[in-house]
Amino acid sequence: MAAAHAAVTAEPIDAARLLGSVVSDDDGAALLFWGVVRNHNEGRPVSHLEYHAYAEMAERMMLRIGDEAIARFGVGDVRVVHRVGRLAIGEASVAIAVASPHRGEAYEASRYVIEELKKRVPVWKREGYVDGESEWVPGFTLAAETPETAGRPL
Amino acid sequence: MIVRSLFFAQYRDYAGADEISVELPEEASVADLVDRLRARASGLSKLPSRPVVAVNMDYAPLATALRDGDEVAFIPPVAGG
Repeated sequence: MAAAHAAVTAEPIDAARLLGSVVSDDDGAALLFWGVVRNHNEGRPVSHLEYHAYAEMAERMMLRIGDEAIARFGVGDVRVVHRVGRLAIGEASVAIAVASPHRGEAYEASRYVIEELKKRVPVWKREGYVDGESEWVPGFTLAAETPETAGRPL
Repeated sequence: MIVRSLFFAQYRDYAGADEISVELPEEASVADLVDRLRARASGLSKLPSRPVVAVNMDYAPLATALRDGDEVAFIPPVAGG
């Protein structure tokens, strides 16, 4: 029985361990989406990012999105991990592991999880620039009172 | 009744605190809580009039009726990933 797992962590994410943890004997493919802190944004050099989360709700929403991916695409286990705290360039801020009997569904499910995560999961980041300034990164606003904001499954 | 308001990111900067407990009349809604917070003599006047909120960790409409002990989180535009 496929299951979703989700975690918010202040510790670096172990890619190999995460990917290995989703694979069962039914699976013929496993994918890892590895979201990384890059050294520039909108033309401005970035030195680091600081992630903040409403951790308990973020875990709950990531779990829900993982469950939706399993239901929609018929994949196997899905694991989603999001980092919080100060991250250096090149560190992974988010990782999504998806296992599946066939590769096509794994790609679709992985894409679904990251796109929905960016819309619905309560995480924020403050960008630290090379010049010493820092700013909250403008985010995605949920439309008020849609099925999503009412918390109902899609 | 008393509800807990939680603030994150920009909204935390406005509030100057992670959390503020607010006393409300019975049958108050999320919208009433928003009005109450925005009327405070604080940075919370910058809170949008129709912010995205979660009640007890689920996104909820502003018309949602509140109950004693509810946790109402004010969710600025999200930027995960």
